Amino acid sequence: MCYDVAIIGAGVTGAMTARLLSSYKLKTVLLEKANDVAMGASKANSAIVHAGFDAKTGTLKSKLNVEGCRMMPEICRELSVPYKNNGSLVVAFSDEELVTIQELYDRGVANGVDRMEIIDQKKLRELEPNISPEAKGALLAASAGIVCPYELTIAATENAVSNGVAFQRNAGVTSVDDLGDFFRLHTAAGDVDAKYVINAAGCASDDIARLFGDDSFKLIIRSGEYYVLDRSVGNTVSHTIFQCPSAMGKGILVTPTVDGNLLIGPTATDIDDKENTATTAKGLETVRRLAMKSVPCVSTRDAITSFAGLRAHPTSDDFIIGISDANHRLINAAGIESPGLSSAPASAKMICEALFEAMGAEPAKNEAFNPIRKEPVRFRHLSDSEREKLIQENPAYGRIICRCETITEGEIIDSIKAPAGARDVDGVKRRTRAGMGRCQGGFCGSKVVEILARELDLPINEITKFGGGSNILFDKTK
Amino acid sequence: MLKYDLAVVGGGPAGMAAALKAKECGVKKIIILERAETLGGILEQCIHTGFGLHYFGEELSGPEYAGRFIEQVRNTDIDVKTDTMVLDISDKNLITAVNKQDGLLHIDATAVVLAMGCRERPRGALSIAGTRASGIMTAGTAQKYVNIDGYMPGKKIVILGSGDIGLIMARRMTLEGAEVKMVCELMPYSGGLTRNIVQCLNDFNIPLKLSTTVIETHGKERLEGVTIAKVDEHGQVIDGTQEYVACDTLMLSVGLIPENELTKGIGVSLDPVTKGAVVTEMRETDHPGVFACGNVLQVHDLVDYVTMEAQMAGQGAASYIQDREVFENAEYISTSHGNGVRYIVPQKMNIRSKEDIKLYFRVGAVYKNAKVVLEADGTIISSKKKVKLAPGEMENVTVPADVIAKLTKDSTICVRVEESQ
Amino acid sequence: MKKNLTCVACPLGCSITVELDDQGQILSVTGNTCKRGDAYARTEMTNPTRSLTSTVKVEGGRHPVVPVKSAAPVPKSMLFDCMKEINKVVVKAPVHIGDTIIENILGTGVAIVATNDC
Repeated sequence: MCYDVAIIGAGVTGAMTARLLSSYKLKTVLLEKANDVAMGASKANSAIVHAGFDAKTGTLKSKLNVEGCRMMPEICRELSVPYKNNGSLVVAFSDEELVTIQELYDRGVANGVDRMEIIDQKKLRELEPNISPEAKGALLAASAGIVCPYELTIAATENAVSNGVAFQRNAGVTSVDDLGDFFRLHTAAGDVDAKYVINAAGCASDDIARLFGDDSFKLIIRSGEYYVLDRSVGNTVSHTIFQCPSAMGKGILVTPTVDGNLLIGPTATDIDDKENTATTAKGLETVRRLAMKSVPCVSTRDAITSFAGLRAHPTSDDFIIGISDANHRLINAAGIESPGLSSAPASAKMICEALFEAMGAEPAKNEAFNPIRKEPVRFRHLSDSEREKLIQENPAYGRIICRCETITEGEIIDSIKAPAGARDVDGVKRRTRAGMGRCQGGFCGSKVVEILARELDLPINEITKFGGGSNILFDKTK
Repeated sequence: MLKYDLAVVGGGPAGMAAALKAKECGVKKIIILERAETLGGILEQCIHTGFGLHYFGEELSGPEYAGRFIEQVRNTDIDVKTDTMVLDISDKNLITAVNKQDGLLHIDATAVVLAMGCRERPRGALSIAGTRASGIMTAGTAQKYVNIDGYMPGKKIVILGSGDIGLIMARRMTLEGAEVKMVCELMPYSGGLTRNIVQCLNDFNIPLKLSTTVIETHGKERLEGVTIAKVDEHGQVIDGTQEYVACDTLMLSVGLIPENELTKGIGVSLDPVTKGAVVTEMRETDHPGVFACGNVLQVHDLVDYVTMEAQMAGQGAASYIQDREVFENAEYISTSHGNGVRYIVPQKMNIRSKEDIKLYFRVGAVYKNAKVVLEADGTIISSKKKVKLAPGEMENVTVPADVIAKLTKDSTICVRVEESQ
Repeated sequence: MKKNLTCVACPLGCSITVELDDQGQILSVTGNTCKRGDAYARTEMTNPTRSLTSTVKVEGGRHPVVPVKSAAPVPKSMLFDCMKEINKVVVKAPVHIGDTIIENILGTGVAIVATNDC
């Protein structure tokens, strides 16, 4: 069979695009090279919905960010993804930086950002009592928010699949034949034919474009390292606290997450290896030191984990979204670095518009499209009576697997059985939070492996942490 | 709402011993709530021997030690709910728990014994740089995989942390055919029992690298190696000592943390050093009727001591349920730890106590031929010479009843280490 | 000649000094706090032994393996040979604590017994 559209890359941009395409009468396939969605930048970033004052006026980044920020609350409601409009603060530590935040304010106004305000030291300390006494003032952007980026990607994919999109994991595209009417994509999971291709391959989108004869852009891979701190210090700040931006990015931020943790980071280091998500002692130390500049009481003694995410920085410094000059049936959605998450809802719209332009017409609407993704059971958030009822219907909700986060066996089974569901331990973790607490899977890890093996009908030594060769166990001892 | 005289949270060695002691003291309605499928707690997977020498006078494996208490519990009318997780304990001692069969359970308990045990410190708390490959796990998780599930969690192994679990796992994995390359220890001394260094490492020629830590992990999918480095006396990496060690597994045995989330929920005060509740010699917390024992109170090195401590808590809970007079008339002073002593349990003692009170403590460094000195109001009560004192081994000293009889509410009780000249 | 040992008879881990004459005969054992320490030091000098614990495969049990131990210490030099024997065994559930799994492992006179129900 030949698909109308193949989307390469199930990050937040690809997933949101797939979801939007599922509202049309199109046969769409979402191809992902990893064992799960959101395995690139979409699982490892600052989890911020930026207000949109940061990008240069007139760029795609600024336009899509401001629009995406407006669309995000509604989309998160439809997809049952936690979103919080907590507002952000860019903190100035010197007179020069006070000038910088005024510039950011002016740029925000030009970009169409509303609800901004320059606040003085006194108001800043009222809003954030733990902020450094050195902070002289700040730019408050009330429209900014926080969201869980991988949950958004997972939910969008789930919703797309429920509305008819096909999802293929472990399907990295290795070569392409243009057969005139359609492309034949050779993937690790077999050949896939599609009339149009959307290249949303994140850090690999320049390589993918090249397979189609498009070498019009190049990406620089920039690693950013973070610490996640325990929920016991999750209330240290309520806003997202930025430092003044520099050439390398937006500096080190301190922010609460929608799950109640505190997130600090990222660094910005250009690297050569597109798959190198290793953290470094130096990077983590930088995060620790600079986070304390904004919020002195932040201590990495409360760290429960650290990670690095890779950003696909385009040398043009702006998102590359549109029909490829090299092949008009290829739509690029490349160079989506920050504010890619914030922009994703608007980017998806723009990508679809480009696709329809390439097709020559907007396809018919899918009348059966349901924008709502049913909220997964989150036992920890339910009342006693809701819990009673749930356990009566399905006793698996009465068995707690992850004690730190209070996650039940029922929720883990749901995450595996969901459309485009979890196939590995990290997949279960991202969907349910099992193993994301303070013991980091020390107790529940082996139980999750058992449940995965049982539900997927595999021997437990075939269960992986995140696909590929990341198996957890070797052979039987006996 | 179920009504019990005593609810015990946790059915490991501490919980079982506390419940059994309370039963022996005449408490009628007792329930044990255990989150695992069986009673026994972590002992189920501790298949090595060395348990019970003090309590039973013989050398048992973990399951055998637990088995004796499980048998005793079965022979009483103590109610047991396994696969049951306690979600919350209110400040009125109302317990909310959940399991598959009963759904939500609400239990009104006159007294509660907290015996939830401890958890292992994970990698995240250590800030080891590098990749997120599979094959990095706590020693306890690895122990479960090999001893209960019957699978090898690794073949070429580096162990970080020379606590007892790390040492035991070095031997276990070696006997099962794995190659244990080394055990690294950040401190200049091992945190484990000396006997374990001898029979788990020396017997198999496994090197113990002191003042050494793992600073980076390598490998994108499965772990391929780690970088180790020497550290100075402040725990800082000494540049130039980095060394790559090829391995497919990194096991972490870097400390145990009492699981006090429920305890905090009740509003019980915790000791910042032990990370367990502040308790009296009866093992009562500062919340009336709530007792704590075992590894949730302080991390023990010997289960025998857990059992003995749990019996104090069980007895305390029994007297709280049956006759609160002792509690109402109690007058507490704090025990204080002097030179070389990191903490003392109990943190508070009743000066109206008619019986001897044993103070358990740990030292902060290794001492040779030092003295353990007990002082009451500045007067030396006892001074006991010890050939060796080490942080890995819990010590105790007894405050005799006749000394307690002379104490007043302004008195001080202090334990300290006197180093040899 | 003097040899220093750490006693493994119990968790105390006493530092024991064994004094030997030129023929390797034990002259004295000091530093131990109990009789077991004395005995340990003497055996360690002549025929060191160790307790062995492992698991054996179970069919139809609640877990795939059941823990076992040597009912008495076995010669230290034979630990890996004993493991080979233990790894050959498959037992059928139910298994009870104390059940004999191997009666006399490698002629040592020591039994391998189950240490849990399965």
